[in-house]
Amino acid sequence: MGMIIFLVILILAWQGVYWLGVDLLELWKPYAVPEPAGVAKRFVELCSDGTLFQATFNSLMRGIAGYVVAVIIGILVGLLINHFNYLQKNFKPVVLGIQTLPSVCWVPFSILWFGLSTNAILFVVIMGSAFSIAISVDNAIKNIQPIYTKAALTMGATKKQMYINVIFPACLPEFISGLKQGWSFAWRALMAGEVMTTSIGLGQTLIMGRDLADINQVMLVMVVIVAVGIIIDKCIFSVIEKRILKKRGLA
Amino acid sequence: MPLVIQGLNKHFDNSDKATLNEIDLEIESGEFVCIVGASGCGKSTLLNLVAGLEKPTGGKILLDGKEVTGPGADRTVMFQEHGLFPWLNVIENVKFGMKLAGVPKDEQEQKAMHYLKMVHLEDYKDYPIHQISGGMRQRTALARALTMDSKVLLMDEPFSALDKQTSNRLREELQRIWMETKKTILFITHSVEEAVYLGDRVVALSPDTGRIASIISIDIERPRHVYSPEFVELRHKIMEQVRGEAV
Repeated sequence: MGMIIFLVILILAWQGVYWLGVDLLELWKPYAVPEPAGVAKRFVELCSDGTLFQATFNSLMRGIAGYVVAVIIGILVGLLINHFNYLQKNFKPVVLGIQTLPSVCWVPFSILWFGLSTNAILFVVIMGSAFSIAISVDNAIKNIQPIYTKAALTMGATKKQMYINVIFPACLPEFISGLKQGWSFAWRALMAGEVMTTSIGLGQTLIMGRDLADINQVMLVMVVIVAVGIIIDKCIFSVIEKRILKKRGLA
Repeated sequence: MPLVIQGLNKHFDNSDKATLNEIDLEIESGEFVCIVGASGCGKSTLLNLVAGLEKPTGGKILLDGKEVTGPGADRTVMFQEHGLFPWLNVIENVKFGMKLAGVPKDEQEQKAMHYLKMVHLEDYKDYPIHQISGGMRQRTALARALTMDSKVLLMDEPFSALDKQTSNRLREELQRIWMETKKTILFITHSVEEAVYLGDRVVALSPDTGRIASIISIDIERPRHVYSPEFVELRHKIMEQVRGEAV
C-alpha cells in the first residue's frame, strides 16, 4: 500500500516536472521528454490495437524458450565443472570470464550466424544467462554443509544416491536463487537481442518508438519491460523460494 | 573380534607431529568402548579413520577381518551436530539409510517406528527438523543410526553440543538402549564422567604423543548411577590416571 502511494507521488512529480520544464519554461523539447499522460494515452492505443499484447507475448515466449535452454545448459556445465577437478581448475575461470561479458556483445556473432531471426535472439538469451546459471550450480553444490554428505557416506550412499538424495535437495534453495538471477540475465539479454532485430516484440516496439520519434512509446515499453521482470520475479521465483525456505525453517 | 585397529598412524601434512601414533585396539562384538581425551588429542581423527572418512598414514583397521578402505553403512556415524537433513521430517530422516539400502517400504516403516518408540519420539514422527529441540534432534539421529544395523556404531561426542541436563538424560537413555540392543559402539567424548558412565572400557588418548595413555575396564553393574560411591570412586581414580592426558 505504502509503495502504491509512493508510485503515485512519483508519477505526479514526473508530471509536474514535465509541466514546469516543457510547458511553462520551455526548457526542453516535448519530443525528447516523456509525459505520464502521454504514456498512458499510448498505452491505451497500443492495447486497443493489440500491438502491446502481441509484443509482450512474443517477447515472453522467446524469453522463456531461451531461458529453458539456458537452464539445461547451465545445469550441465555447472555439474561438469563441479564434478571434474580439471574443469574446475581450468574451465571455470573461462566460464566466469564469459559471464562478465555484457550480453549485447553476442549480438554481432548471432546476426552473422543466424541472420535477423528469432534464433539470433535466442542465441543472445542463452549466452547471456547459461553461464551465470552454471556458476550458481557449482557454487550451490560447493556450499552444501559437509556434514550432510559425510552422514550419507556413513550410511552407504553411492555416488548416484548422493546426487539424488543429498546434493540436489541440499542445494535447492541456493539453486533457485541462481535460477532467479539467471532469469533476470535472460530477460535483459532478450532486450539486447530484440532491439537489434526486426521480429515483433517489446525490444522492436521500443526501437519503433525511437524511429517514430515517439518518446512516450519508448517510455511505455520500458515500463512494460520492468513490470514483466518484476511480475515474473515476485509471482514465480520468490514464491518458490519462500516455500522451500519455510519448509526448512529458514524463513 | 569385529573391529581391530593395528599400529594406526595419522600424520597431517600441515602438522609437525603425528596426531595418532601406533594405536592398537580391539573391540569385541557387543562391547561399548569410550575414547576419552582433551580437545586436539586426535580422538575425532581416530573415529574418522574408522569411519573411512579419512585415510591413515600407517597401520590398518580391520572390520570382521576385512580392511577398511572407505566409508560404509557397516560403520554408521552419529555426529555431534546431528547431521539430519532439513528437507526431510523426523521419520523420513530415520528411514534415510534404509532407503539407500533398498529396504522394502513396509519394513522401513516398521523399523523406523520401532526405533522412534525406543527414543520416545513416535509422537513427533511427522515434525520438520527445525521444529524439534536439540535433544530431540539427537534422538532422531540416534534412531537413524540404530536402523542401520551397523557392525560398529560410531559416536562422535553426540551429546556435547547439548545443555548439561539434556545431555545427562540422553546418556541415561543410551545406556538403557545399549542394554536392550547390545550394539557394538565406539564412543568419543571429552568427558571422563560420560566415558565411565557408558563404557565397558575407557581408552584415554594422550594429546602430546598421540598414543593410547591407558585402557581401563569399568566393572560397575548397569544401570549405573553417577552418584553411587563406586562410580564416584572409579571416576576419581580414572581422572587421576588420565590427568595430563585427558581433562
